[in-house]
Formats: sequence, structure tokens, C-alpha cells
Amino acid sequence: MAKAAAKRGPRGKSTPAASSEELLHHYREMLLIRRFEEKAGQLYGMGLIGGFCHLYIGQEAVVVGAQAAIGPEDSVLTSYRDHGHMLATGMDPRGVMAELTGRIDGYSKGKGGSMHMFSREKNFYGGHGIVGAQVPIGTGIAFAYKYRGLNNVCLTYFGDGASNQGQVYESFNMAALWKLPVIYIIENNKYGMGTAVERSSANAELCQRGRAYGIPGESVDGMDVQAMKAATEKAVAHSRAGKGPFILEAMTYRYRGHSMSDPAKYRSKEEVQKVRSERDPIDHLRALLLEGGHADEDALKKIDRAVKDIVADAAEFAQNSPEPDPSELWTDVLVEA
Amino acid sequence: MPIEILMPALSPTMTEGTLAKWLKNEGDAVVAGDVIAEIETDKATMEVEAVDEGILGKILVPGGTEGVKVNQPIALLLEEGEDKSAPAAARPTAKPGVPAAESVAATARAVMAAPAAAAAVAAEHEWTGPTKTLTVREALRDAMAEEMRRDDSVYLMGEEVAQYQGAYKVSQGLLDEFGDRRVIDTPITEHGFSGLAVGAAFNGLRPIVEFMTFNFAMQAIDHIINSAAKTLYMSGGQMGCPIVFRGPNGAASRVAAQHSQCYASWYAHCPGLKVVAPWSAADAKGLLKSAIRDPNPVIFLENELLYGQSSEVPDDADWTVPLGKAKIVRPGKDITILAFSIMVGKALDAAEALAAEGIDAEVIDLRTLRPLDTRTILDSVRKTNRVVSVEEGWPYAGIGAELSAVIMEQAFDWLDAPVARVSGVDVPLPYAANLERLALPQAQHIVEAAKAACYRS
Repeated sequence: MAKAAAKRGPRGKSTPAASSEELLHHYREMLLIRRFEEKAGQLYGMGLIGGFCHLYIGQEAVVVGAQAAIGPEDSVLTSYRDHGHMLATGMDPRGVMAELTGRIDGYSKGKGGSMHMFSREKNFYGGHGIVGAQVPIGTGIAFAYKYRGLNNVCLTYFGDGASNQGQVYESFNMAALWKLPVIYIIENNKYGMGTAVERSSANAELCQRGRAYGIPGESVDGMDVQAMKAATEKAVAHSRAGKGPFILEAMTYRYRGHSMSDPAKYRSKEEVQKVRSERDPIDHLRALLLEGGHADEDALKKIDRAVKDIVADAAEFAQNSPEPDPSELWTDVLVEA
Repeated sequence: MPIEILMPALSPTMTEGTLAKWLKNEGDAVVAGDVIAEIETDKATMEVEAVDEGILGKILVPGGTEGVKVNQPIALLLEEGEDKSAPAAARPTAKPGVPAAESVAATARAVMAAPAAAAAVAAEHEWTGPTKTLTVREALRDAMAEEMRRDDSVYLMGEEVAQYQGAYKVSQGLLDEFGDRRVIDTPITEHGFSGLAVGAAFNGLRPIVEFMTFNFAMQAIDHIINSAAKTLYMSGGQMGCPIVFRGPNGAASRVAAQHSQCYASWYAHCPGLKVVAPWSAADAKGLLKSAIRDPNPVIFLENELLYGQSSEVPDDADWTVPLGKAKIVRPGKDITILAFSIMVGKALDAAEALAAEGIDAEVIDLRTLRPLDTRTILDSVRKTNRVVSVEEGWPYAGIGAELSAVIMEQAFDWLDAPVARVSGVDVPLPYAANLERLALPQAQHIVEAAKAACYRS
């Protein structure tokens, strides 16, 4: 039933034809992230999720598009804004939500929380709370692939804020020097917490940040899932061919504050509203699906309902899972030799 | 069934707030993401977004109300065709995160009972086979070479470890034997290559990271603590990090403050790490082999001034020394001297001087600082009833402070004198030869402290 999609992408960019099946998959994945994050925000409001909670709403196309360009043997890691990446790698929404509520069935048994989750099974290497720290770690994961002669790649995500950390450039240097199969995806959502990119970066063209090391970089429309997939495929092919790292700057936008407690006074409501109404990645794909005849309203409603049920189930599960036993306080400090 | 919209918590510390104003009226249709109200918290004015779609049926708390508690219903959301008089859906309420009194008490007991002590670790077997005379430098090199032969996932990286053969020649010959895939010269980029090695360890390799000296590891300490030491716990046991960070620690000779610091107490402070500081060549080899085989991050503190010292080392690639086991290097009955790394030698010199004055000192080489072999320490204290701790680092919150606390907590009734601490002087290490000597512990300081503890000064 798969049929060829429009040859031309949404914003005039030429993108490879995608099947209906694939586009519907993207739609479902993005919607799952959005609904999950809305639910997380709700549970936070109810006091069921504590601490810091950074939502991914608005940026869904970045991770869904990039994930579609890699295989299950490849790995992913990112910063503390990580719920979307975990869902995209196929981690169970129940386990992710239960970690947010600090329960035993969470991916880290409730000991990591929103910012620190991992899945060996899905090759998701976190969830890192220190801005930029995941960049050398992702570079090291790629190092291990090369060391063992594997043809895998590591997608290392970080934000525009992290792009000014020194360790990012230490990593760029080693990745280029040793031709490591790592793709750096800079999610430029315009603000490092409350500081606009132009106020923090002498050169705001972040895709050029690898030039000093000879690392190719490209800017991508991060609100367009097909553009993200196409750009990531190109970057992955470059790395798998042994040519070393590649930088993608995904131009995106976060609708919510930096964390739940950010009133976001550094930007106007009009600015947010404009992106939401004109560039929303899910609305955009929805329109494309309908216009291209890939699905009708009923089919999309069915997906909406299925996603809503998954998220409701995850929230239910996350509230019913018990808190970790007090004995868990002492476990997992060291691996028993 | 109508859905209750509850007063949300919008920061980690918020318990109540002011419902400043409603942006939607009763009867308005809303979809998820619509801003429906503004709330003033203790920090800021925040927007409240709808999380479900429906009709704003009834506003329960009018705009301008102060002191609205978190989780109090503020409005009802109706599904299409629903009546606002219908009973509201029971919303799950937040479980209090406060543990019951009983479990608090249990936890408090556990805290008391669980210092970073080694579970009874058996000492290495007394070696009766052939030995070789090796310098500490050679012993460390042999340990790495043997472990690299044994396991292809073990590799060495650091500044000048390959072509230069090691800034202090510890990695001499390794490049020739193992090639540049496994013996890797890094750029001068401690933060970066430490983080990279942690990532490699998460992904199944067993890196040995050489710091030219541990002073430079301060550039990398975020990855050592936040990434290597904590991730196993934060991942619920999924992400082990088998890695060794090694290199010379402490004062060398006339290199002044920035190049002369003991980091023992820094790293020993942190759960998730093991910390080792050998003195003899045999221990340097046996402990480094154990550190490389250990599934956890190990901080391996060497000392430049010891690299050239020789001792007999068992000539066997399978011989190792367990982590977490101290060693009595000189038995005695009158006083216990606790030392590690280069200070073991000073302690032995002091013991000789004390013997001449009729004081029979027992010298214990701690070897591993975390987990600490409290059993060997306490057994000795219960025998001698007097203790001197010796370290090159600063006294404030140092290893000696920890030893004093452990002994006070667990052997108070056996003590005939307060625990005495000998340490580096509480100043940045000076350059001038006379001042440097004054700033570092010498055998004479240990002798004086021991005599004072024996009331023989």
C-alpha cells in the first residue's frame, strides 16, 4: 500500500521520495513525543515529577528524522532534554515515564530521573546533565566502534548552548584527527536557557563550527522530518565510509521554557506563536499526509487515539509503579567484581 | 466525565501560587497546548497550558485568587456534549515522596554502618615463587603489557604515551609491542580525552588513561566524577565504566604549587570510584593489574619520586594484589603508623628511628584508599592503642581526617591517646628548596608525632 510521495519537499527543498508507510511512521513518532511531553508537563504540575524537567515540544522532527537514518546497532546520546530521543530509539514509554516519576520500573530504577536515563538494549547512552559532557562521551563511543572494527555510527546531540563549551572542540579535534564515526547534531533551538544564540556566539552559524578541524557541516530545517532524515543519511554515509565526523545544525525551536520553571520572558509570545502556527513539524506533516493522499482524516485520528492511549497507559503505569525499595539506596554504586 | 484541571506546580519548590488570570472563558473550546491561565509563582509569572482537549466547563478558582495550593482543582474540562454538573473524574493524587519514619530510621542506621569500607577482602597469597627486581616504573609497564596481552579491549591513551615512550617512560616499549591502535598519543586535551575514554568504556572497552600528572586531571575531573563515577548509579546499574585513570600524584621535586598536589582525598571522597596508591614495585604491578581487570573506574595514584625505586616482584603474569586490602609492612606492638604511597618509605624510616628509642612501631601501607581496609587498621589499633596517620596532602578534610573519624567511631575504647595526623603544611607548595622541605612531611615529623602519642616527647 506504500505509495510514492511528492518528489519535492515542503519548503521547496528536494527530498527523496518517501513511502506513505514511512511518513505515517514519522507522524506517529513525532506525535508520541509531543503527547508524552505534554503528559509529562501535566504530571510535573501535579507534583508527580520532581526536580528539573526539560520538554522537547517543538523539536520532534529533529530526532525522528535522524533516527530514521540509522540502524538499531548504531547509538544515540544527548543532553538532559532527552525524553524525545529515548522514545525515538524505541525505549518503552512506560519505563521512561516511570523514571520521571521516580519509580522502580523506570529505566534507572528511579535513581536517575528526567536527565539521566539509559538503555543498553536500545543503544541509548543518556541523558547527560552537564552541558556538553555528552560530546566527548559520544566521540568515545565512536572511538570504540572504530577500535573494534565495527561500521556503526554514534549520533551525538547537543544544543546551541553547549556549542560554546570547550570540550566540544576538544572532541571535534580528536574525532577529525582519528576519523571517528560520529555525527554531531546541534539542535539549535535559538536559546541556551534564556540567552539567544546571537548573544552568546561570536559566529552564530553553528554548522561551521567544525571548519577549523576540516569537519563538514550543514544546516538543516529541523522542523522538517524528511529534511532531517535526508541530511542525516548523508552524514551517516560520510562517517560509515571512514571519512570521520560530520556536523548537522538542525534549525529548530522549543515551544516551552528551558525547563518547567522557566517563564520564558526572553522572547515574545508572538514569536512562539508564529513558529507554532507556521512551522510546526507535526501540523506540517499532517497537511502533507492529507494533501498527498497518504492518509485520510480517519486514519490520522486513529493514530492520534492510539498515541493518546499509549501515553495514558504510560502515565498510569508510572503512577502505579512503586517507589524504589530503601535497599536500592545502596545498589549500583559499584559493579561487584 | 469532566476532567479536573489542577493547580500545577511550576517549579521544583512551588507549593502554592496566585492564579493571576484566566485567558479562556467558560464555554471556550481548548486543545492541548493552548494557554488557558497565568499563574504567579514564588519566582515568576508562568503560563498554564491545557493538556487535554475539550470545553472549559467551569472555572472553580477565579482569576486573582492568591494562595492556591498545588493540586487544588481550578477548573473542569468537559468533553464534547458533556454537562459541567457531571461528577469529575477522580484524578490520581501525587504520592508524597517522604519516606515513612521507619524507613528513615533504617536509612540512618545504614548510613552509620556503611562507610566506604572494603568487604573483608582476602590478601594476596604469600608469594614463594621466583621474583624479579623491578623498578616501580618497570612494574607498571609490565602490568599494562600483561593485561593488554590478556585482553584486546584494554588500551592505553594519554599525552606522550606512544612515540615519546611516556613523559616519565612508564609506557616504554608498549607502542612497539601493541601498535598505535592500542597505544595512543592524544592531543593535550585532558577534558576531551577523559570524556572520550569514558564513552569508550561505556561501549565495552577498558581504557587506561595516563595523566602526565594528576594535577592536569583537574581539567578532566567533571568526567571522572560526573561521567565515570556516577553513571552506573544513575542508570540503575546498566552503564558500567571499566576504566583506569593513572599517573603521578603529589609533589615531585621543586616544581611548585600547580604541579605538586596530592589528590587522594579528592577522589577518595567520591562514591563510584576506587582509589589506589601503591608504594612498592610489587604492589604497583599487582594493584594495577587488578585495577585494569576491575569493572569500575579506578583512580591509580603513582608518585614520580618512586618510579626509580626497585623491589622484588613476583615473576608471574597471573599474580595480582586485591584492591581494598592494606598491608602490614612492618609489624610492631607500641604504635600504628598509617601511610600510603611515598609516605610509606618515610614511615619505615621513622619506625627505625623509633626502634632506636625503644618504641616498636607497626607500619601499615593502606595501598587502597577507597574502599578502605578498616579491618586491618582497626585490628592494629586494638593491638597498639596508638595511631599516627601520614599523608603528603593537606590536613583539612584529608585522608588523616577520615582515618581519625573511622578509628574514633569504631575503636574509641581502645585508644590510649588521640590519633595524631602528620600531613603536608596547609599552604600551596613553595618552590624554594628549604621551604619545600618544610612544607612536606619528613620522617622526623612522624617520629615526633609518634613519641607524643606515646607520651614520650
